[in-house]
Amino acid sequence: MRNSSVENLQNVDLVIIGGGCAGMSAAISAHKNGIRDILILERSSYLGGVLKQCIHNGFGIHRFGQDLTGSEYAKRYTDEIDRLGISFLTDTFVLSLTQDHDITAISPAGGILRIRAKAVILAMGCRERPRGALTIPGTRPAGIFSAGTAQRYLNLEGYIVGKKIVILGSGDIGLIMAREFAIEGSEVLAVAEIMPYSSGLIRNIVQCLEDFHIPLYYNTTVTRIEGTERVTGVWLSQVDASRKPVPGTERFVACDTLVLSVGLIPENELCSEAGIELSSDTGGAVVDDSFQTSVPGVFACGNALHVHDLVDFVSMESEVAGERAAQFIRGKSDTASVVRAEPGFGVMALVPQRVRLTGAEDRIKFQFRPRQRFENAEIRITSDGCRISSVKKRVLTPGEMCELSLERSSIHSDLKVEVIGL
Amino acid sequence: MIKQLICINCPLGCRLNVAFSGDEVMDVSGNFCPRGADYAKQEAVCPMRVLTTLMRIKGTDKPLPVRTDGAIPLSRLFDCKEQLNQIEAVAPVRSGDIMIHNICDTGRNIIATGDFD
Repeated sequence: MRNSSVENLQNVDLVIIGGGCAGMSAAISAHKNGIRDILILERSSYLGGVLKQCIHNGFGIHRFGQDLTGSEYAKRYTDEIDRLGISFLTDTFVLSLTQDHDITAISPAGGILRIRAKAVILAMGCRERPRGALTIPGTRPAGIFSAGTAQRYLNLEGYIVGKKIVILGSGDIGLIMAREFAIEGSEVLAVAEIMPYSSGLIRNIVQCLEDFHIPLYYNTTVTRIEGTERVTGVWLSQVDASRKPVPGTERFVACDTLVLSVGLIPENELCSEAGIELSSDTGGAVVDDSFQTSVPGVFACGNALHVHDLVDFVSMESEVAGERAAQFIRGKSDTASVVRAEPGFGVMALVPQRVRLTGAEDRIKFQFRPRQRFENAEIRITSDGCRISSVKKRVLTPGEMCELSLERSSIHSDLKVEVIGL
Repeated sequence: MIKQLICINCPLGCRLNVAFSGDEVMDVSGNFCPRGADYAKQEAVCPMRVLTTLMRIKGTDKPLPVRTDGAIPLSRLFDCKEQLNQIEAVAPVRSGDIMIHNICDTGRNIIATGDFD
């Protein structure tokens, strides 16, 4: 049997953990910025991440000006990785990362790998919130899937997960899957949304539900699952303003499948050992405007950093992270003083949380989600109680990430970003 | 005739009232901006969609992802799916390969969106 290569420490300029859209975009960008010694470590057996199972269109409109499917979008990047000769290892699982950029990974082909990197980019993506996080009472039958799992079974493996389906949660993945189930011949009986609004895009509400006459029930949740071997039905209840089920509103819907689309959680288990500061606001690392984490030389981007609406924005963000990692490797990182950016009223998932007072680019881009729906609101950035930038918006919804940018030269002390209803 | 639509151009989601006769839109109201009126003109008369779906491949259970190479009338979506269900792709297939020409006389082809060897 092959002896594990624990003693062989491999030195690499840039290691990218995760070979999805973020990891590939960052790798290509670092290559364009002069770095040649790059290694992508990917847990699954192929590059492309979740894009490979996204057969629907709507990808690439911002990045390429073309309406592509997820798999077509991924191919643009896998082809480019091949063309540039960027190294990657698939079936390779990273076990640990240290503050000194030492990485331990395992794979069936390579055994135990030890790699020391000059810089690391965290691009692990996110995972779905499971049933266990929801505390729905009832039995534990077959027929309960997260939306992404159902998508994988259908589009990569060729299995239809059920014939009569109820979907809980109206985020984009749930909406996209409602349409796919309908097209592939299943019946979608209901989409239940506990909130009074959907976190999905309007386009998806219209084109995934209304096109197929699928009902969407707001202020409604699943309060019980029935079935012993297989799901036989679920109970839907209306909820009050504090999201508590209203007694007497329960109704039984006979179905064989419950699909959950109830949120995404950035995957950052690797960060703790390296001492990388995480944000309870985003679930990802705390980063500065160059996407560098609290550990110098470790960068983060994509859905591991914060959950994005569109892959196009993952690519654009990751390209910046790749460029900054390249600058770090070339020793061009600055030791600028740093101020904090904090989310104020109406603002969540603010990125970046730190801003360097000096840097190559003149403008700093902030991204966040509004905590609630606002109509006629102002996004305001203040420092020491003084407004330094503001922009008026007709509508803001939690389902669409907001962006605004600021002159770096206008920043002198800690910032607060808030939304004010007008 | 009056049709009610939700504009998809931005998160505002304006509720549009579209008055039309035959293929001609006479009046759009409820829109905050001109994009709503533009959207309504096509959407009220003949909504167009790209069909993205799966196709059988001969000799395997794995599916082939495919799409129409442009938008087709929403009303023809299931006709096209029905025709697709009658046909099996033969490997190898490359992303971009035309699997069916001019499906259901829509003027659009079905193309593969993934590779299969």
